[in-house]
Amino acid sequence: MVDKILIVEDLRKYYPIRRSLSEILMFKRGRYVRAVDGVSFYVNDGEVYCIVGESGCGKTTTGRLVTKLIEPTGGVIRYKPSSALARINNEFVVGGYVDYRRLPKKYVKLLRREVQIIFQDPYGSLDPRQTIYSILEEPLVIHGIGNDRKEREELIFKVLEDVKLSPPEEFINRYPHMLSGGQRQRVNIARALILGPKLVVADEPVSMLDVSVRAEILQLMMDLKISRGLTYVFITHDLAVANYICDRVAVMYLGKIVEEADMLKLVNEPLHPYTKALISAVPEPNPSNRFKIREVPIVGEVPSAAAVPPGCRFHPRCPYVMDVCRREEPPIKDVGGNHLVACWLY
Amino acid sequence: MSLLDVKNLKIYYFTLKGVVRAVDDVSFNVREGEVLGIAGESGSGKSTLGYGLMRLVPPPGRIVGGNIVVSGRDIVSMDEGTLRREIRWKVISMIFQGALNALNPVYTIGKQLVEPIIFHEDVSLKEAYERAAEMVKLVGLNEDVLRRYPHELSGGMKQRVMIAMALILRPKIVIADEPTTALDVVIQAQIMNLFKKIKKELNQSIIFITHDLSLIAEIADNVAVMYAGKIVEYGNSDNVFNTPKHPYTQGLLKSIPRLKSKEKLSWIPGTPPDLRNPPVGCRFHPRCPYVMDVCRREEPPIKDVGGNHLVACWLY
Repeated sequence: MVDKILIVEDLRKYYPIRRSLSEILMFKRGRYVRAVDGVSFYVNDGEVYCIVGESGCGKTTTGRLVTKLIEPTGGVIRYKPSSALARINNEFVVGGYVDYRRLPKKYVKLLRREVQIIFQDPYGSLDPRQTIYSILEEPLVIHGIGNDRKEREELIFKVLEDVKLSPPEEFINRYPHMLSGGQRQRVNIARALILGPKLVVADEPVSMLDVSVRAEILQLMMDLKISRGLTYVFITHDLAVANYICDRVAVMYLGKIVEEADMLKLVNEPLHPYTKALISAVPEPNPSNRFKIREVPIVGEVPSAAAVPPGCRFHPRCPYVMDVCRREEPPIKDVGGNHLVACWLY
Repeated sequence: MSLLDVKNLKIYYFTLKGVVRAVDDVSFNVREGEVLGIAGESGSGKSTLGYGLMRLVPPPGRIVGGNIVVSGRDIVSMDEGTLRREIRWKVISMIFQGALNALNPVYTIGKQLVEPIIFHEDVSLKEAYERAAEMVKLVGLNEDVLRRYPHELSGGMKQRVMIAMALILRPKIVIADEPTTALDVVIQAQIMNLFKKIKKELNQSIIFITHDLSLIAEIADNVAVMYAGKIVEYGNSDNVFNTPKHPYTQGLLKSIPRLKSKEKLSWIPGTPPDLRNPPVGCRFHPRCPYVMDVCRREEPPIKDVGGNHLVACWLY
């Protein structure tokens, strides 16, 4: 029996939209962008759990909520800590799980050591005025790890070796602009790993890299997962990348999970019309494709998360739309073998 | 008969830190109705090449040599006025990268579409609007977008407007520079279908520039693979994708994750060279798994390995 390292239940994050003066004067109710709107999932210890979706579906917001970079509007996130945090016997550790909402501020730092994030943009997420050394030293200083400079240097050298930036001496005094995109993303990974986390949220870690280095970074992440015993929540818009790295996958649409299954199953037997469309839209490097039109069964574009359609939120684009879809939101349902789908067809 | 003939084109950027040879001795041609895919990673010079074909290379860049012959006329030596009046947009037009921000936010779509017609042709405003409406329908939009402003449109719609704008004067060649990068995969597939439709219905010649080989496979008849400012492999799509010859092309194809297989990916070690100071000999040699002595000394010539499949590599 594998332990669940992360349990998320009915997670919600709404962002208020500023009301115009006339709206305030007319006492109109404030509107919200429902970025994440009732998401539940769990992540097993040691697996790679993917969240796939188009831009604006709430996948990044989910990642940020899970790392406690932002606070949820509602719902529960529970994480199973393994070190110092687990030893504190307090009301916020229930059944071995830390409830994010109840975690007092002074213990958040302990959580940060265990749950880290790799950001999408290797160009924008590193301070251009800091050397690689000081970028990597900062978390150590903040968390009081390493007694003196020498000890910290050892840790930094080790993590740089781990992400295959070797010899480390050559990199520690460089600035981010002196590195290529792939190397910067390695620094990003090193920064996430230096505190020795258990759960790493990777937010589109390869989407801004060139194709030839993408595979290298993915392989590095897989190697690190084994050598450091990591669990990944891997966020991507690219189903082909997800297929390469993930064990289980959830497809998000407009703030909700519409389908969840083992990766292999999802690719081979997709159920939700949206998943089917996503899969049919992925281009493959096969030149005979140029003679045929790619059948994408859905039309239009994702509506704004500020005006979510009633009923099933996919119904305006769905080729199989029925009456019930327009009225009621489909519940998420297990159709067997841990294959969950939220659609009235099943 | 080829529509576009590019011969030994060289485009250099004269920066303070040295000369960047972004496009270095590139030759290719495009026939009527052909879609040429230009593949390359960031920094390979593919976008510079696109701008060069429009003669829009931003300073400090300059075309320093070679010819671009469009419909029998060399545009490298042409004066700017003639180029503007007779070639740019009329014969060769472009869909710019980051098209989502390329529209002017303070004018309606209609006004922006009509502008090139009024500038280039002696037609009434009404007629111009009618033509714009026709073009908008061709790219799959409703006529009433002409009255809308860019902020009212979604990403996919804006991209369709950009395509309509590039086609509005019915140019012989359209250059599409990464036309789908900012779009989601479903929208991307829709836009690719639109390109296929344009290719088929209008017999439009397109130069399709992208870093994504999968997209090139979706549309291109011929493929040119660029590396560090040079074309390293050039040929029919079937040949290049099914029997890639250059180690770089082989490496790229092996590094693409596929949806239907879990085959282990490989990658190309190292990073692309600094084009201010490219490696001596073959520019790919520091990253090449088959590197030989001659690669370090001499640059490989581009050579036909059969069936108009050109490769610049000492292995052949």
